[in-house]
Amino acid sequence: MSTGTLSEAPVRKPRRRRLDASLIVGIALVGVIIIGSVLVASVGRNFFSAGNIRDILTGMSVLGFVAIGQTLVILCASLDLSVPYVVSLSSLIAADMMAGNPGNIPAAVLTVLVVAALIGTANGLIVTKLKVNGFIATLGTGLIIKGYLDTNYKGTSGNVPWEFQLIGATGVGPVPVSTLIMLGVAVLGALFLARTRTGSHMFAVGGNEQVARLSGIRTARPVIIAHVLCSMTAALAGLLLASRLGVGSPTVGSQGGYDLLSIAAVVLGGTLLLGGRGSIWGTIGGVAIFAVVDSVMSVMQVNPFLKDVVRGIVIVAAVAVYTARITERRRPRFTSTGASDAAGGGIAGGGRGAGSAGQGTPAVVQEEQA
Amino acid sequence: MSAVTSDSQHLRHRLAGFGRTLISPRGAVFLLLIVLLIAITVLNPSFAEPSQFVRFVQRVAPVAIVAIGQYFVIVGGEFDLSMGSVVTAQVVIAGNLIGQDESKSIPVLLFMLAFGAFVGLVNGLIVSFLKVPSFIATLGMMLALLGATLYWTGGAATGNPADGFRQIGRGGIRDLPVIGVLPWSVVILVVLLVIAIWFARRPFGRSIIALGDNPTTARYSGARTWWVKTSTFVISSLSATVAGVLLVGYAGVHPSVGRGYEFTAITAVVLGGVVLGGGRGWVVAAAAGAFALEALFTLLNFAGVPSTYRDAVQGAIIILAVAYAATTIRARRRGRALETSPAPEAKEPDPSEDPARPAPIPSTLRADNETKGGS
Repeated sequence: MSTGTLSEAPVRKPRRRRLDASLIVGIALVGVIIIGSVLVASVGRNFFSAGNIRDILTGMSVLGFVAIGQTLVILCASLDLSVPYVVSLSSLIAADMMAGNPGNIPAAVLTVLVVAALIGTANGLIVTKLKVNGFIATLGTGLIIKGYLDTNYKGTSGNVPWEFQLIGATGVGPVPVSTLIMLGVAVLGALFLARTRTGSHMFAVGGNEQVARLSGIRTARPVIIAHVLCSMTAALAGLLLASRLGVGSPTVGSQGGYDLLSIAAVVLGGTLLLGGRGSIWGTIGGVAIFAVVDSVMSVMQVNPFLKDVVRGIVIVAAVAVYTARITERRRPRFTSTGASDAAGGGIAGGGRGAGSAGQGTPAVVQEEQA
Repeated sequence: MSAVTSDSQHLRHRLAGFGRTLISPRGAVFLLLIVLLIAITVLNPSFAEPSQFVRFVQRVAPVAIVAIGQYFVIVGGEFDLSMGSVVTAQVVIAGNLIGQDESKSIPVLLFMLAFGAFVGLVNGLIVSFLKVPSFIATLGMMLALLGATLYWTGGAATGNPADGFRQIGRGGIRDLPVIGVLPWSVVILVVLLVIAIWFARRPFGRSIIALGDNPTTARYSGARTWWVKTSTFVISSLSATVAGVLLVGYAGVHPSVGRGYEFTAITAVVLGGVVLGGGRGWVVAAAAGAFALEALFTLLNFAGVPSTYRDAVQGAIIILAVAYAATTIRARRRGRALETSPAPEAKEPDPSEDPARPAPIPSTLRADNETKGGS
């Protein structure tokens, strides 16, 4: 398996180092856009029409919100499967509290964010203090919220005032306001990861929890914060859906499949599922790829069931291309010095399967946590 | 006289060991199952009647079989999210291809098994050779397979296989003493469980666990990792196929049959004390996890809890179960031993309790002492 890459590895290594993860996603996105525009043109439509671009950007916004938070959680080597239910719950709380009165908007938004932050805190505490694997912990909290939703809501509920609905309906030129807000949150998230101490700690904890702890990082805090932020971005997605639908819906989140799709988007965006590497902008690229594929399929009037087939194939194919490209999975440790070449060239060259060894070890560490 | 005391001491020792096993994460699922079954019996004494109990086992059989399949994938360190879609696809295939023609049963059954093996093979090869994380690979398979199935049927329930075929999930050996009817699905479950136990003890089964525990050492020890990994996906897809065959008989043909089975199976496996990430767990406990989960639902039913709370209770239980297992293991690792006797540990030296990171190799200049493959 590694013999193929081995022979090329010394030649391609310098180039690969410089290719940033999010750059590859950008290239993939451009590729998808080119293929998409050709396909759309083949049925006599214009891919770059204002209406189509607005559709794509609109399609990005909800999944984008969820995926931004999911990126943070996955960077910490956890997962959040409870997002669809947080989305539904947020849309319901918002719509119920607003009850058609514009004066209630601030209170409703605040309540939604607080509730989401509490759910996120619960997730984070279960993962860090009770040492429950993130997959199970958030699957469990998601089911608990689902039980609450199914018991207390029989259908859509509440009423969103027109002023709030405008957020989902208006746009600046072809760019919807909701997408602008989503991109604003993405900027904040990227700044958070790049500029704050907690952001750096997230990479450290996700990369190797034990090393992070031995380096003097309180390993619990970044994970809890990531879960809180993830639930809060999911709540933003719920607010946006409420503004679009005009009501709250108990099934809007699970129908969208935001749990698995957001994870897929994050991985598409070059973030390692094992944590420690990735970026918000890669995730946005992954979300954009989904949105473009969806829009092309809508324009070409693909059968809705076949869309899922295409989505599934696109996810696997894109991630396969991506992982084949990146065989060196570790974060470069000596980027600017000659030590990098000595270590990378001498030892990685001598030891084949560098990528898979690096892949295996985090898995072991993860298992020890569990 | 002294022999008697030593015998009784020995017995007491054994009993104490058994008790410790029951409260250890490995055995906790059996304790949970027993408590749940007793609680159900208290609420509804007729549940303890053999015929009722066999019916309960019949109802659990598909879930338990799927859990057995998922066990091998999880203990090998991966996930299989496509199982639910495989169940749905197989149910629809059976419904559409067999129709009312009983003579087609056998060929279609063989086709279904081949199709299941093929799906697992594709999953495994994607994970092994394209290096796609299994979560993503099987998620893609889940979407693609479900989409294709719904596209084929147009999203509606179509077809109904011949009664002869449905008997597999529905019928059984009749006119037995005590239990009355022994459903085929119970027989199949028992046979598969025995095969699974046997398989897990074979060298190949052990290499699956070794692979899940530490892929690097498994490779060094000469395991063909790609084949071991791929075979776990084939096993899980085949078990989903068998569950699909049972469900056709039991529940009929509908595109929603099998929905959510992957998460149910993972829940059951985790309840059984199997560690996500691989390397630790017992297949019987995984099957017992499926029984505990279904017993829990039955209990909630009898207790008059609204069915909408089922999910919430399921969520709370799995968090608590895993938290219990995790904190117990942590306590043991710190030396505050729950199991004070060294006997159980000596019996099963758990390799993953030691830091699984291989010892530094002196000649390696890497900053992080990670072993590299080959040379």
